[in-house]
Amino acid sequence: MLRIRLVPVLLLRNGRMIKTIRFSSYRDVGDPLRTVRVYDAQGADELIFLDISATVEGRNHLLDIVSASARECFIPLTVGGGVRTVEDAQQLFKAGADRVSISTAAIENPDLIDEMAAYFGSANLVVCIDAKLGERGRYGVSTHSGTVLLKRDPADWAVEAARRGAGEILLHFVDRDGVMDSGYDLALLSKVSRAVSVPVMACGGVGTLQHLVDGVRQGGASAVAAASIFHFTDQSPIKAHSFMHDAGIPVCLIY
Amino acid sequence: MIAIIDYGLGNLLSVAKAFEEVGAGKPVMVTRAPEALEKASHIVLPGVGNYHIGMQNLRRMGFLESLNEQVIGNGKMFLGICLGMQMLSETGEESGQTEGLGWIPGRCRRLRAGDLKLPHIGWNDLEFQGDHPLFQNIAREREFYFVHSYCFDCPPEFRVAHCTYGERFAAAVQRSNVLGTQFHPEKSRETGLKLLRNFLRMPC
Repeated sequence: MLRIRLVPVLLLRNGRMIKTIRFSSYRDVGDPLRTVRVYDAQGADELIFLDISATVEGRNHLLDIVSASARECFIPLTVGGGVRTVEDAQQLFKAGADRVSISTAAIENPDLIDEMAAYFGSANLVVCIDAKLGERGRYGVSTHSGTVLLKRDPADWAVEAARRGAGEILLHFVDRDGVMDSGYDLALLSKVSRAVSVPVMACGGVGTLQHLVDGVRQGGASAVAAASIFHFTDQSPIKAHSFMHDAGIPVCLIY
Repeated sequence: MIAIIDYGLGNLLSVAKAFEEVGAGKPVMVTRAPEALEKASHIVLPGVGNYHIGMQNLRRMGFLESLNEQVIGNGKMFLGICLGMQMLSETGEESGQTEGLGWIPGRCRRLRAGDLKLPHIGWNDLEFQGDHPLFQNIAREREFYFVHSYCFDCPPEFRVAHCTYGERFAAAVQRSNVLGTQFHPEKSRETGLKLLRNFLRMPC
């Protein structure tokens, strides 16, 4: 039976791992490689690197971090942040990425999804949707690391992205990023996962291990991602897997 | 020497690194040069991408002849991973009909996953022939990492492992010195490395 994936997220900026709250208030939280080693040893099913460096130098750091991680751990690496062209993606794959995630560039130029899927295959292409609450509590899609909000329904955009060739939707709840409070937005998560036939990975808001279970059970997520809970609390991927297993969710267990 | 073919569509670094880890000092070379296969004892065709583009690249780079010569002619040990396994088929149906390597009968078609999400992404278990050398010392409950929407529909005599996701499909295939895995051993933790070690130990 296919296992539900538990995926720690590493947010990177200029070669360092950072923490944000609702995509702002950056705080340095350390050396990414050390963290990669820990998550790998603790049985993470996949790792996601999201880079928000705005400079070429920062991007080069990302390539170095991906390469160093691919040399050390034999689990899948999904990498995103600033990917705008097939060449950008190629560079990441070459550096050791197994899957590439695109976000702003995809909604600005949806043809990019078709182009990348035709080249790399859908299965290796993730479209990240940064869902953010706008006026009157309606969700829109935010771009440019949460600074711009488009009046586009995230579920509607997910359907288009999947139709064009996205192999997975990474649904990121911007308003819950780094808050570790109320879990994923289960209503939106379940709306998106029911709307598309590709897997959906949820991210943003996890504060307890029960939130992971809820994301799967109520939200229909195929993969559950989180950052802060693994970095700032004594919860680990090992404990998370075992909690999910006890709740009856199929996961990989470390023997 | 272990030659890993770079045809523009692979997670080459991961595959090379995994083989360095298990190769017991055997040199590992990532190559774009068809003539380099002459010096190899083992040939690996990785794959992240589209069937049509994969075959097109192999043809354009001149790998078809050298692969046929070294793998079919000289019987060198060969492992195709994911797309690299799918291209062993006679035809592929991703992006129209494409002629494959044709080393194992059958076609590569879309996985019939029914109501399940597609692509099939993540960790899944296998049913394998217990005595098969590729799976020596691998426990049945161990998971392997898959990421694909297509599968290799080939006759049962070439299948050495199955996975079930909507349907039961070939997870690993073999025809004498030619082997393939639909999953990614280079991304399947210690279990995957064990499988690669087994592959290197198989007698030609």
